[in-house]
Amino acid sequence: MIPLGFANKVAIRPSRRAFLKGATAAAGTFVLGTYIPFRKSALAQTAPPQGVFEPNVFLKIGADDSVTLISKHFEMGQGATTGLATLVAEELEADWSKMRFEFAPNNAKLYNNLVFGPVMATGGSTSMVNSWVQMRQVGAAARMMFVAAAAEKWRVPAAEVAVQKGVVSHAPSGRRATFGELASDAMRVPVPANVTLKSASEWKLIGTQLARLDSLGKTTGTATFALDIRRPGMLTAVIKRPERFGATVVSFDATEAKKVDGVVDVVQLPTGVAVLARDTWAAVRGREALKVAWDTSQAEMRSTADILQEYRQLIEGQGLSAARRGDATGRLARAANVIEAEFTFPYLAHAPMEPLNCVIEARTDGAEIWSGCQLQSIDTFIAAQVLGLKPEQIKINTLLAGGSFGRRGNPVGDWTVELASIAKAINGRAPVHLVWTREDDIKGGFYRPMVLHRVKAGVDASGQIAGWQHKLVSQSIFTGTPFEQMAVKNGVDHSSIEGIADTHYAIADLALDVHNAKSRLPVLWWRSVGHSHTAHVMETMLDELARVAGRDPMAFRLGLLAQQPRDAAVVRLAAEKAGWNSSLPRGKGRGIAYHYSFNTRIAMVAEVTTPPSAFKVDRIVAAVDCGVAINPDIVTAQIEGAIGFALSSALRNQVMLNKGVVEQNNFDDYEPTRIREMPKVEVHIVKSNEPPSGIGEPGVPPIAPAIGNAIFAATGKRLRSLPFDLNSLG
Amino acid sequence: MITLTINGRTEQLDVSPETPLLWALRDRLNLTGTKYGCGRAMCGACTVHVDGEAARSCSIMVGEVVGKRITTIEAVSGRVADAVKLAWQRLDVVQCGYCQSGQIMSAITLLSANKRPTDADIDASMEGNICRCGTYVRIRHAIHEAAKALA
Repeated sequence: MIPLGFANKVAIRPSRRAFLKGATAAAGTFVLGTYIPFRKSALAQTAPPQGVFEPNVFLKIGADDSVTLISKHFEMGQGATTGLATLVAEELEADWSKMRFEFAPNNAKLYNNLVFGPVMATGGSTSMVNSWVQMRQVGAAARMMFVAAAAEKWRVPAAEVAVQKGVVSHAPSGRRATFGELASDAMRVPVPANVTLKSASEWKLIGTQLARLDSLGKTTGTATFALDIRRPGMLTAVIKRPERFGATVVSFDATEAKKVDGVVDVVQLPTGVAVLARDTWAAVRGREALKVAWDTSQAEMRSTADILQEYRQLIEGQGLSAARRGDATGRLARAANVIEAEFTFPYLAHAPMEPLNCVIEARTDGAEIWSGCQLQSIDTFIAAQVLGLKPEQIKINTLLAGGSFGRRGNPVGDWTVELASIAKAINGRAPVHLVWTREDDIKGGFYRPMVLHRVKAGVDASGQIAGWQHKLVSQSIFTGTPFEQMAVKNGVDHSSIEGIADTHYAIADLALDVHNAKSRLPVLWWRSVGHSHTAHVMETMLDELARVAGRDPMAFRLGLLAQQPRDAAVVRLAAEKAGWNSSLPRGKGRGIAYHYSFNTRIAMVAEVTTPPSAFKVDRIVAAVDCGVAINPDIVTAQIEGAIGFALSSALRNQVMLNKGVVEQNNFDDYEPTRIREMPKVEVHIVKSNEPPSGIGEPGVPPIAPAIGNAIFAATGKRLRSLPFDLNSLG
Repeated sequence: MITLTINGRTEQLDVSPETPLLWALRDRLNLTGTKYGCGRAMCGACTVHVDGEAARSCSIMVGEVVGKRITTIEAVSGRVADAVKLAWQRLDVVQCGYCQSGQIMSAITLLSANKRPTDADIDASMEGNICRCGTYVRIRHAIHEAAKALA
């Protein structure tokens, strides 16, 4: 989901410079104004209604005391809106029960992700990371304005004015007023030049389990997703796409499709043929009746086995050197024990519960889009390009997204291209709702790439790692996207290798080579991106090396993390809470895995039951250090959810090709985890006052290797490739 | 013209009897709390109550439910429904929330028939409802909480 990989290296805190610019005093004191767009913003086309305090575009306080966060990040369930609101409320001294949120309009100048630069976008587990200072400053500035307003109105010294739970008060005179009552007065106060943020010991909300702001709507059927948007005269469109990637339309026959009651139009697009109808059901039936002739001369025609065979040929050749340190070859030649292993990983679909969909109303002078939009800047640009408009003529209404896992943040905006292309094809004569069916979603590409790893690694007589040669073949995610220049260096896509060369393990002698495979299949980041496969390889190999060295796998890891206290601490914590040294009944096994990604450290211990009993992951104990846990309950939820999400890709999910055609269709043959498979989960969070790091993605990488290592502990059988071949366990 | 009883109201719909109930609810009656997830009764996002029982509206034709009581998330009410929704809110079960209308409708059916479900009962009863965000730990917990509140 957007490259944190490279952000890790070059831009994890590009905001740092901006924030420090003009800093005059001790840490925590910053000058406002240049980057927090206050009051007379470019967006303020109309003055706020009387009695509404709108000190800047991140915050709105109404006469009814409601405090509304204007969220620059989209909400796919990761809890970003609640997190951002917590930061504002903390410094503002707001009453949590009065907090609300709205999504910000698309405007990269005002709502850019400070990690990514001048781009309005959510991804790479950066929402809290990039907003940590910014949103607290917004709250602090607003609080100072309320204090100043009250002091002036009551003619008392500002130093005697206190704010607590949305109430401004002056103890000596007994005066008090709510934010709502003071909103108009506060609006007239100049924006403070400096704000001082609270120290950690003064926090009242950060680190507590505040209720999510989106629970009510999502439990009463009233939350609005893009699929729920209804516009007057709106037509629903479904698209017939080629069953082989890269095929193009030769001709189509819409005669039968147009006979379906409710079908209004059938139009050709660059990528297929769209059927427009008065409702979804008519559109789907119209598409079933549509006949399209395809040109497959440039299309992907290979099967999965063919691609794997090509990967295996490719890996034998000379790759691109992605990392070299020490002397891996020399150390391996002298190693006491050497393990050579191959790992394969399939294409994976994201399969968010809400299939891709979006609505457009296009006019000659502009267009308005409703979408569970993740990369507003990209989608704005793409829609403008297709429609021949300027980016500022595109208005995007961001809505709650029914999951993403990376799919809604596509740097080439495939579904936005389709949406705008339909609007163009019908000259904008009606609002259009583009809807993907589940089959469209599973078969539609933009998968996690298929990857092949080969590792040769050794240990010396004293049980230390003695050389690590690592080769892999993958499709590059970033090549050909607007992010290519940032993420691809000398042909090496950072997202192919993250988690290997930048491991926190002390591996002195390491050589990493990459081969870029070519395919017509479009690929995309999938929750945790490269870490979704690299962590599995690293943590499985570590386990194997520990075994041949005769070392305990947990202690072996601690030895390699001696210089990384935060990393070692999560390994120790997970092991301790899981009862690492306690015995398990026959047929059960326990395995550990740890990984560092998105600046977050996570260790997991898995317990499994193996055949002859039915295979089951019984329990996962996780320990996480993500810096400050702004909302520990949401951190816990993200780890629980990551386990549920990644379990199905560890155990069964794969997208396979048969002569270029995707074999999977729907949730029967691409089945997400179901409730009966969900293990018991315990999440332990390391108490920390370090700045927050990512939490949406880092829960995914350790799951598969923890399970695989547990399977080995129980059965002595080493399953390396994903999904695990559980049938081989007997 | 098809006549259906939805959320206690009589609705006249100009649709063919083969139209899936899901699309009649969403596209004709604007009852969008019921979600489309798979269209083949495999994920449960479209779960509604038909005569009080959880049913997958994507795979029921409107012609099949004439004369039956259809209830959607927007109108489901009563002691069990209130307890389930409250437990979901108190435990912050939701993440993306898209599947949760269906999860809640299935949980209400479960608790209406079984006052003290075990984990195994919950797994059996909720197996048809997929949550891709993986909120299952909390779904189990919330159903136990709701059961306690109802006891």
